[in-house]
Amino acid sequence: MSEESKKPPAPSSASPEASGRFSRRWFLQGVALSAGTAVLPGEGLLGGSAFAAPQAPARIGPEPVQIALSVNGKDYQVKVEPRVTLLNALRNYLNLGTNTPIDLTGTKRVCDRGSCGSCTVILDGKTVYSCSVLAVECQGKKITTVEGVAEGNQPHPIQQAFVECDGLMCGFCTPGFIVSSKALLDRNPHPTPTEIRRALNGNICRCGTYNRVFQAVELASIRMKVKGG
Amino acid sequence: MKAVMYACPQSLDEAVGLFAQRGPRARPFAGGTDLIVQIREGKKEPDLVVDLKRIPELNELSFQPQRGLVIGAAVPCSQIYEHGKIAGLYPGLIDAVSLIGGIQIQNRATLGGNLCNASPAADGVPPLIVHRAACRIRGPRGERTLPVEKVCAGPGQTALEDDEILVSFHLPAPPERSGARYLRFIPRNEMDIAVAGAASYLELEKDRQTIRGARIALAAVAPTPLLVEEAGGCLAGERAGEELFARAAAICREAARPISDMRGAAWQRRHLVEVLVKRTLQGALQRARGGGASPQGRPGGVNDGPQGRPGGVKEQDS
Repeated sequence: MSEESKKPPAPSSASPEASGRFSRRWFLQGVALSAGTAVLPGEGLLGGSAFAAPQAPARIGPEPVQIALSVNGKDYQVKVEPRVTLLNALRNYLNLGTNTPIDLTGTKRVCDRGSCGSCTVILDGKTVYSCSVLAVECQGKKITTVEGVAEGNQPHPIQQAFVECDGLMCGFCTPGFIVSSKALLDRNPHPTPTEIRRALNGNICRCGTYNRVFQAVELASIRMKVKGG
Repeated sequence: MKAVMYACPQSLDEAVGLFAQRGPRARPFAGGTDLIVQIREGKKEPDLVVDLKRIPELNELSFQPQRGLVIGAAVPCSQIYEHGKIAGLYPGLIDAVSLIGGIQIQNRATLGGNLCNASPAADGVPPLIVHRAACRIRGPRGERTLPVEKVCAGPGQTALEDDEILVSFHLPAPPERSGARYLRFIPRNEMDIAVAGAASYLELEKDRQTIRGARIALAAVAPTPLLVEEAGGCLAGERAGEELFARAAAICREAARPISDMRGAAWQRRHLVEVLVKRTLQGALQRARGGGASPQGRPGGVNDGPQGRPGGVKEQDS
């Protein structure tokens, strides 16, 4: 909350990051404006396209630039300032330029300084803190958020196991734990308890439900084995 | 968070050009685990961040017996401990890269950033020092090489000019019968900053008893990571043993210049240095003799440093 709340109110045409007044109302106003956004000059640079002049590579920003993000298998056109983190982009910017509301707020903003793990997403197969990644770096990369873990309407075995093992109390850290567990089981379907602890060492639970969390991951791993996963 | 521009040069020349133009107003950006937080908190106010992750030289990670190990400054920690060859050859380094932050940090954070962020408590730096890493530095006036311990100038300060970039680390191939170990003390199991840390490197004669050479470096007990040459020197030519190691540890204790802060008191840090130096020398000895104490890099390895939590469970991987 801190950075946004300090900023003075800005005209409604400014981006959410600058104005600090992102809201559904802002979104509804913004849709009409940004639906047909033209391609910006900075776009080609990040795609790694021909950039012949080595002495003066282009810079983008600080004003918003249009980029493409691939989240849970879907491509989104997003207009963000370079300072916007992946976390912020996922939670607040995916809606822009579309007519359908996109609710990807499962990735939680808690510490916003790379210490707690609630904002964990999988970036090209590796877990990262999305609060410590810039959205502009993520072009061409595959992003998986907690919303991408379930298989359609069926909860993933990890999610089911969290429910059954009571792997949460307040639940705010849970999306991060689910994503880290998913990344672990993708790489290592049958981890030892030590491997589970190691894989979840970047996620913090203030309620202290670690034991249940570890049990849930173990249970999920066993079930996936039975299913031939 | 302050508004910034972003550039993603594809070559070293492009990057050098950018820093030459903008000097201190541009900041190198690799893992971002320190920089993004610092910009958000107003501790750094660049107007351009230069993403170095697309530059081939900064992404190199290779080992050749003649050339030794090359680690590009933008290679993330997890890539280093997942590399098949490095774990056996530079175990002290693997100790460190597998305990910096948690998995998510290790997937992003780089040794280049660890060095250039210039925290006295950087875990990656003492092992680089004892493994005799040299830093390749590139700027508009050309290229130069500095030993890693000469790069650290003070808290948050390096010997690099504003328009220079750290390109890569170059570690000589480890001789036979050598080994290294890094340990740190933190009051938690994971995700903390060292109260004190120590890296030891030993090289043995053919009898596997006599020490041919040794290097010891400390973390978090001086304004910079500290190479204690005198302690390494006192081991050379002697037979390895507890008494000898205690002597080296006592020298390190004296060489340490710790402060008291929220993480620990100066007296505690001095005590920790002594304990950690003894333990890392034992670990390095074991590794130099080719036995046990394999690095804990792979997921599954738990920080096996001394745990300070009363009643805390000490976990040890096989």
